[in-house]
Amino acid sequence: MFDDDSDEQRKLKRNAELLFHLRGLLSDTELLTEIEDLRPYECDGLSAYKKLPIAVVIPTTVEQIQQIVNICSRMFIPIVARGAGTGLSGGALPHEMGIILSLARLNKILDVDPLNQTATVQPGVRNISISEAAKPYGLFYAPDPSSQIACSIGGNVAENAGGVHCLKYGLTVHNILQVTLVNADGELLTVGSLALDNIGYDLLALITGSEGMLGIIVEIVVKLKQKPPAINVILAAFNKTEDAANAVSKIIGAGIIPAGLEMMDALAIQAAEDFAQAGYPRDAQAILLCELDGSEERLEFESQQLCDLLNQCGASSIREASSSEEQAKLWAGRKAAFPAVGRLAPDYYCMDGTIPRHQIAHVLNKIGELSDYFDLKVANVFHAGDGNLHPLILYDANQEGEFLKAEQFGEKILQLCVDAGGTITGEHGVGSEKIDSMCYQFSDAEISQFHAIKEAFDPNLILNPEKTIPTLHRCAELGQMHVHDGQLPHPEIPRF
Amino acid sequence: MSTVKQLQQQIQTALDKKSPLFIQGGGSKAFYGNPVDTNNRLITTDYNGIVDYQPSELFVTVKAGTTLIELEQVLAEKQQQLTFEAPIFKKETTIGGVVSAGLSGPRSAYAGSIRDSVLGVKIINGHGEIVSFGGQVMKNVAGYDMSRLMAGSLGTLGLILEVSLKVLPKPEVEMTLMLPCPHEEAIENFNELRQSGLPISASCYIDSEIFVRIAGQKDHLNALIRRHRWKTYDQGDRFWESIRNHTHLFFNHGNMPLWRLSVSPASAINGRLNTDTMIEWGGGVRWVNSNTPANIIVTSAQKKGGHAILFRGAIPGVRTFPTPDPEVLKIHQNLKYKLDPKGIFNPGRIY
Ligand SMILES: Cc1cc2nc3c(=O)[nH]c(=O)nc-3n(C[C@H](O)[C@H](O)[C@H](O)COP(=O)(O)OP(=O)(O)OC[C@H]3O[C@@H](n4cnc5c(N)ncnc54)[C@H](O)[C@@H]3O)c2cc1C
Repeated sequence: MFDDDSDEQRKLKRNAELLFHLRGLLSDTELLTEIEDLRPYECDGLSAYKKLPIAVVIPTTVEQIQQIVNICSRMFIPIVARGAGTGLSGGALPHEMGIILSLARLNKILDVDPLNQTATVQPGVRNISISEAAKPYGLFYAPDPSSQIACSIGGNVAENAGGVHCLKYGLTVHNILQVTLVNADGELLTVGSLALDNIGYDLLALITGSEGMLGIIVEIVVKLKQKPPAINVILAAFNKTEDAANAVSKIIGAGIIPAGLEMMDALAIQAAEDFAQAGYPRDAQAILLCELDGSEERLEFESQQLCDLLNQCGASSIREASSSEEQAKLWAGRKAAFPAVGRLAPDYYCMDGTIPRHQIAHVLNKIGELSDYFDLKVANVFHAGDGNLHPLILYDANQEGEFLKAEQFGEKILQLCVDAGGTITGEHGVGSEKIDSMCYQFSDAEISQFHAIKEAFDPNLILNPEKTIPTLHRCAELGQMHVHDGQLPHPEIPRF
Repeated sequence: MSTVKQLQQQIQTALDKKSPLFIQGGGSKAFYGNPVDTNNRLITTDYNGIVDYQPSELFVTVKAGTTLIELEQVLAEKQQQLTFEAPIFKKETTIGGVVSAGLSGPRSAYAGSIRDSVLGVKIINGHGEIVSFGGQVMKNVAGYDMSRLMAGSLGTLGLILEVSLKVLPKPEVEMTLMLPCPHEEAIENFNELRQSGLPISASCYIDSEIFVRIAGQKDHLNALIRRHRWKTYDQGDRFWESIRNHTHLFFNHGNMPLWRLSVSPASAINGRLNTDTMIEWGGGVRWVNSNTPANIIVTSAQKKGGHAILFRGAIPGVRTFPTPDPEVLKIHQNLKYKLDPKGIFNPGRIY
């Protein structure tokens, strides 16, 4: 009792000291401490996990960030960076002993260089704003997550975000040149360069997808791509999901690399159609949405080849968009699919495993079986060309135990992906959410190697601690529970 | 035929004795990087072969000792290729060495470099354990990107046993255009080419000429060439091979140090260095045979947003790679220490 009290008092003292230092540095609008002001930051796009931080800081300059990190580093205060908070794995979930560092005010595009085809941007810039700024030069920024109107480029780098066009244009890691960080000591660290390659360790690759655990990203130089002269969007419908899945492998196997190749199943099609009236055939079991780009001549040839293939694979109907309006309409259905599915149930839980393309049919089948077993519906809408699944598990958080069931279902799906030769996350990151599944995908030696990386950058573990990489202890405990009753995770055991 | 067990044993012995190893594949890039002070060699060439290749999945998994020549042949049989055209300085060049050195060739500026292509690795780490990262799928963000970290690490972080690489369909044909270009206008012309939307797969300026390789379907390329009345070069394949493998005369002047400058592609050519220059990657890589003092060359490249490497030739007191900023160097040292605590893998090879 007495001990608890003094612990509590020590915490209060520590918090007061922290706020004292932060107040010396930040204005009232840059430092939030009232509960009602902290609420909007209690979760990211995965709203099932919520926590309140001690404070939220929203600095305006890089120097302020350096000083904030300095203070926190001295006091061992956890710092959780936050971009737009659209992450789907609880990466920006606050630490109850720490602060949220929002990059929202660093939102300027500093330079667009049409000759080198690059843009220099601050981390809080929204993904889509970069392409908008590049448009006058006939350029665009290729990685386009479906959340692109909201998510920040800093968050994209931190997650190595993908999008519907990464089959051809690559992920974030392929589309950035240089990143400037504030490291765990508050020093500036620039990784990568303006050149096309670098010497030494590929720190740029390490930072990309590091989920805010290795440094605070404060500036990014992105590569821009030339707008393709022509685009073709083709919609193919199938009576059997399996046929659509097999068509994906056939297309790639034939040497066609579409700019985008997306798949939706019956439930997703109907939801999207109700929501966006994209003109999808409601009676189809699956559709493939395929975008080709390039020169006119090339497109004509490739489109023909693609349509032949789709026919061979048993497509029940094929539609080529005849205008850019129609193309946009076909895409609108896909881009609105998440919110559309969201209307089918009070809540949905979005998974993100990747599998080899030839396993799509098998894994979708298995997900169907699991859906029956858990008695929860699933809609599938995903980046088929990359083998990146997004099963959306429908549930009702207000029903006792349903989220737990959805989580268990989700974890089974991820294990299925690993068993099929894939991975637990293709683009959404591990965050708080998939930390247990990491134990399934990686051995202790591999997890130790990840910890070694973390320690090389952040020896005191103040940057987004306890996320992404599980402790070996945690994995050992999980392993034992698997043996005991095969039921996971136990609600009484803390997740993090 | 060496087995994983044997390789692991050799590493374990090195760990036990704290005796550094020099990892070697085909030995074709022994000159690249600082020498490693040890007689204790770990040779990978016996550990070779294709582990898994699925053309429709666009990846190949190979053992480190497989020669690049063999690997490229296997892919070519299925009309596929690696995107990075790494140099083959000797026919013994292994894929393990290629990935570790991270030196990409002509195509990489347009189709993706070595680090862009790495999907996964299996390595023996600094504790003698076998660990795997990444995989065979293109999208994978579980944990830090350890596989790309191995690319360009010059064997200092562990022994690569296997690597999975992205492959792409081979274009139906490639043709080479030859465009006359005064030295002073090279960068300007590269800038225009970059904006032209042409299906370029390699570019090179040398001796008042820009060579541009375009890739695609035969009819389509021919139509393009006719429309623009371009001059084509019928020795294109041989030319690109000589650029790729450094057999071109430019690389064999002999008496001057050869520098490789990797810079922001549109940056101006340094007037003081321009006597004997070859430019690749649309302006991004500039090779210079030059006796200009090292510090001038190194600073010039840094000012253009990149770096300079003393690629061939020895200059007293000058190391292959210039020392980076203190914060960057510190991270390198931390990583090296954390991942190879006993310092057995190629110590000193990079910095
Ligand atoms: C409807 C919807 C669709 C989506 N579609 C896609 C998709 O197609 N592809 C895809 O990849 N993702 C998608 N996402 C997920 C999400 O948008 C991406 O992960 C995005 O990159 C997150 O960016 P953010 O700015 O919202 O980051 P946040 O959610 O704020 O943060 C994400 C992580 O990055 C860290 N972080 C943020 N900024 C920084 C910084 N400056 N420095 C260091 N660390 C930082 C945080 O600590 C956290 O760990 C989707 C999300 C939604 C809601």
